[in-house]
Amino acid sequence: MKWNTLVTQLFGPFHGMREVGDFLQGEVLFEGELLTVIGTTNHASIGVRLALAQARVVLDTISQHPGRPILLLIDTQGQQLRRRDELLGINRAMAHLGMCIDLARRNGHRVIGLVYDQALSGGFITSGLIADACDALPEAEIRVMRIPAMARVTKLPEAMLTELSESNPVFAPGVGNYVAMGGVRALWEGNLQVALRAALSEATGEDRRARDGALRGGRKLAADVAQRVLNAA
Amino acid sequence: MSLSYAECTARERLALLLDAGSFHEWLPPSERLTSPHLAQLGVPCAFDDGVAIGRATLAGRTVFVAAQEGAFMGGGVGEVHGAKLVGLLQRALRDRPTAVLLLAESGGVRLHEANAGLIAVSEVMRSVLDVRAAGIPVITLIGGANGCFGGMGIVARCTDYIVMSDSGRLAMSGPEVIEASFGVEEFDSRDRALVWRTTGGKHRWLTGDCDELVEDDVQAFREAAICALSAAKPVTSALLETEHALLSARLRDMPPPSDDLDDAMALWQRLGVADAQRIPDIDVAAMHALRVATEAQR
Repeated sequence: MKWNTLVTQLFGPFHGMREVGDFLQGEVLFEGELLTVIGTTNHASIGVRLALAQARVVLDTISQHPGRPILLLIDTQGQQLRRRDELLGINRAMAHLGMCIDLARRNGHRVIGLVYDQALSGGFITSGLIADACDALPEAEIRVMRIPAMARVTKLPEAMLTELSESNPVFAPGVGNYVAMGGVRALWEGNLQVALRAALSEATGEDRRARDGALRGGRKLAADVAQRVLNAA
Repeated sequence: MSLSYAECTARERLALLLDAGSFHEWLPPSERLTSPHLAQLGVPCAFDDGVAIGRATLAGRTVFVAAQEGAFMGGGVGEVHGAKLVGLLQRALRDRPTAVLLLAESGGVRLHEANAGLIAVSEVMRSVLDVRAAGIPVITLIGGANGCFGGMGIVARCTDYIVMSDSGRLAMSGPEVIEASFGVEEFDSRDRALVWRTTGGKHRWLTGDCDELVEDDVQAFREAAICALSAAKPVTSALLETEHALLSARLRDMPPPSDDLDDAMALWQRLGVADAQRIPDIDVAAMHALRVATEAQR
């Protein structure tokens, strides 16, 4: 879904959100409450500049609007794959963005991520995956790598990976697999306003993803292994 | 006698870096906790899934520690590997050791179980920040041959303190991945000097991306880790505003690409290093003197 269609459905035609380059930003009114909305579009690749732009808005929301909820709209092809970004410390900029979002949560801001188009690895890990909850539209795509590329890197036959992906969600792209593994809390189906209201009211600071993965059967070991470490003699 | 940190296995590092005989492992290899996903692919497993975790003492203080084994899947984080790290951090939150040490050596997410690995790394990140918020420092040591990349490169920067050796590497995307995407002109992954100027310990130390630079020596890492035990840096708005200002200034001041001077050297010059061409050739002691000099200048 186009970001404009999405925010129009969520916040009406006068949402006031702006697109500057691949960066989305706005203050919107949702059911009488102001929200900070930050996002990216055009399958943006997230480099140092775009990570800092997002972090700036999160820091401003913390300092100027204590407690205001933050909605992250995610559409990214992943981290920017450039030597100069590595030289500039793209991992540090990404960590900074993640830590700003994490601090917002600790300071009482509810933070919801929504994958409305596509999400890939590095562009996703310090946004949606560090929010209170990450949700997605049913038509969104989430992945680390496509199966052909995965076959190349792992030197395993593509047919084998494709077959396994039918039964084991850890191998294959797809938003349903991320729901099964607990990485995505819920899909926004039907009325989007109802879905956002539910996401905001159900947001907790607790990381439930490993438990959800076990309950939903997509990631059976994570919660159990962490518990075994806690119990170990 | 000097012993290369890079050449040690994860378990050798634990044995030599911590107080002798003090490491007590949780979920040791005898429990045979392996990745079911690798087994399904017919790929060999490890009985610790590539990471050893436990408690130990360091200079007599209780620490919790994890060591990633670069020789197994490049230290890649899968479901079990990640959950062991999360469990260790959750336990630190409960039992409150003096510090948590992360002997990081990882290419990031293990692609054989990519989706689970990606979520696991984000869970590690959140757990690290939980431990930090409790006032317990998390200290990262980077000096393995595989470096610290991908999601683990982000995790490292979420911790309180980073120690690197000159030969250590810290970044996000590996040079091979960048070369595969944008060609050899963008990043020649076989140009070792270029790779080190871009991701290596000296560069990270000059820019402040790591907090201490040591020789590739296990004892040097041990001493730096002991010094870091009291290095807790609570994450506050003020800390993040300072960080934001630093990263914004670096982005703004980064010199444009030039044919005359390598990008890394141009950046070091901008940071106040007078003789940037010399950097690749000087030793760790001279590097320390140099940073003291540039900081005094600022």
